[in-house]
Amino acid sequence: MNETSIHSTRSSTSSETIFEVEDITVEFGMDRGTSRVVDNVSMEIERNEIIGIVGESGSGKSMFASTLLDAVEEPGQVTGTVTYYPEDGEPVDVLDLDEKALRTFRWEEVAMVDQGAMDSFNPTMDIETHFKETLIAHGSDVDGGMEHARELLTELYLDPDRVLGAYPHELSGGMQQRTLIALSLVLKPDVIVMDEPTGALDLLMQRSITGLIAQLHERYGITILFITHDLPLIADLADRIAVMYAFEFVELGPAYDVLKHAAHPYTRALLKAVPNTMTPLEEMAPIEGDSPDPVSVPQGCSYHPRCPLATSKCRETDPGFHDVDTARTAACFHWERSAAAVSYTLSGPNEH
Amino acid sequence: MARTTDSTDERSTDRASTGANDSVVSLEDVRVHFDETGLIDGLRGEDETVRAVDGVSIDIPENEIIALVGESGCGKTTLGKVAVGLQRPTSGTVTYRGQDIWDAKEGNGDPAIPYPEIREALQIIHQDPGSSLNPNRTVLTSLLVPLKLTEPELGPNQREQRVYQLLEYLGMKPSEDYAHRYPHQLSGGEQQRVVLGRALLMSPDVILADEAVSALDVSLRVEMMDLMHDLQSVFDTSFVFVSHDFANARYFAGTVGGKIGVMYLGELVEFGPAEEVIRDPQHPYTKVLSWATPTLDPDLAAEESMDPPVREIDIPDPIDPPSGCRFHTRCPEARAVCETTTPELVATDTDRQTACFRMDETHEYWDSQPITGGNDG
Repeated sequence: MNETSIHSTRSSTSSETIFEVEDITVEFGMDRGTSRVVDNVSMEIERNEIIGIVGESGSGKSMFASTLLDAVEEPGQVTGTVTYYPEDGEPVDVLDLDEKALRTFRWEEVAMVDQGAMDSFNPTMDIETHFKETLIAHGSDVDGGMEHARELLTELYLDPDRVLGAYPHELSGGMQQRTLIALSLVLKPDVIVMDEPTGALDLLMQRSITGLIAQLHERYGITILFITHDLPLIADLADRIAVMYAFEFVELGPAYDVLKHAAHPYTRALLKAVPNTMTPLEEMAPIEGDSPDPVSVPQGCSYHPRCPLATSKCRETDPGFHDVDTARTAACFHWERSAAAVSYTLSGPNEH
Repeated sequence: MARTTDSTDERSTDRASTGANDSVVSLEDVRVHFDETGLIDGLRGEDETVRAVDGVSIDIPENEIIALVGESGCGKTTLGKVAVGLQRPTSGTVTYRGQDIWDAKEGNGDPAIPYPEIREALQIIHQDPGSSLNPNRTVLTSLLVPLKLTEPELGPNQREQRVYQLLEYLGMKPSEDYAHRYPHQLSGGEQQRVVLGRALLMSPDVILADEAVSALDVSLRVEMMDLMHDLQSVFDTSFVFVSHDFANARYFAGTVGGKIGVMYLGELVEFGPAEEVIRDPQHPYTKVLSWATPTLDPDLAAEESMDPPVREIDIPDPIDPPSGCRFHTRCPEARAVCETTTPELVATDTDRQTACFRMDETHEYWDSQPITGGNDG
């Protein structure tokens, strides 16, 4: 990483940092070498924002999210620091928490929702018991908590009486996923990390849930990290978008700017490759080449073998972050020329 | 029953079809009802029949691409399986070049086309390519099996060369390297290519691609669909592409002038050229799918409502589908008549069909009382 740091690109001066990630690397020892699945990543997450983290499967995005909760499983090795700034009180060094403190941190400060709702529930326990046990385990007021649970379920278009009395298998996938979101919010965390929370669902349910997430965000002022490979899903949801490629961030900025005027050639190629209903069909094209293997990431810029702008400099030197403007940064030497090299259209000429 | 009432050409417009007469596979008033009545339900006298497909007629011409879209449980996969002879309809018929597939299978009458030939002509590729490849077989072995069946006259060396050629065609180079790999040594996209290649070795007339790109990263889907198009033009294959994703269906069918069929609770509610269905959806349910497909353009997204254009988010139970128009319990446009009367699939344009009273300007619907209410009302 060079002298222009991602830290200098906060979207506004009034924003306040809730998570500060510095030089995080996650490595796994494998037979054929060390697999570095997060490569020296630094970024700040702002209080009350919805940040979308986008990348292909295996780009390191889920592993990055796991580091925020110190949830990287053995034999993964994490280095670097993750600092959490609570609304009141002292900053928390997340990677340094003991087991008990971590458990409290994970539910009461930062909650996690992933796509496998079914695996998150105990099949022998009804939903009400899930909520009650969670409240009891964290020493919360059960009556008040259950009242909040009912509110949350109602806001997620669920009938609290029906859902609380049901066993997990009696609910459809969409209902389970919404129930899991309600459960993760019952202890009123400040941050919620969602890793493909709608991945296993139908389009309509996906879109409905992202709408509900936006409403909950607005109502409770929660900071949301939404991790997905499905870029369109967060286009209308995220305040900022961070694009991951080959185990590091390549572009970060306000969602509008990243979508409309992407600076990194990879972001541009990705926007061109994502099927959607508005782009003229002839404008869509796949990204040439293959994603890199975590055991042997290309030297210099990791995207250079696939990049039409690559020069010898890109093959030798890691570009580090270059400021596109005060709010946006891209890890590319040639970002100013990317628009001319990789064109894309988000909607057709006949639309609006 | 999904039938149109256009009378100008009774023979070709009373079903979802392109109007072409060179159908490879024809489905006629197909119903698939699964009896899910368990012992206890049976004792209680409760009937638990799931109406997965309920009265669909559709023609699949040569070299056509038809994308079937809808939510889980709408019957799109079941209908696709009927089309390739993997699911027996509980009523209605499915024919391959005029021969009833199930008559051929069971030797009823004197089949004009023997069943093994039909079986070879209709292939399927699944959503999860990993589970459809034998984990103990190399790519080469997996691909040699169908080749032995279809090209018995080839020698072992020739067959192997054929596999290498195919792998190159599928973009898996160096092909000799890929040929000796096991499925777990391939990425999801590469596994899907092998499955596609294996299906193509049978020189099929129709391939059912069941959520074939849904498991792939969004960034890899266009590439996979482009490959399927390339192969379609080489092998003269028709595709039935089943997807819950409107954007994928649009790309797969739209780039090659194919059709989209929208299904809801076992019925076909709209059918027509892909781009027309996407750009100008006629059925309120198609509009819901269109809303559900997020747009990438933040300017367009800002104009869209975050609230779903349905009165209920959750899909009704297919065991007890709503009366009248099955969509009336969720439809924002529903009126009293929709509760009692079932709209038929009617021609609304030269090659478009929609099952909604709103397409008929003189229908009693317009004098009927609007239905309101529902969770999301």
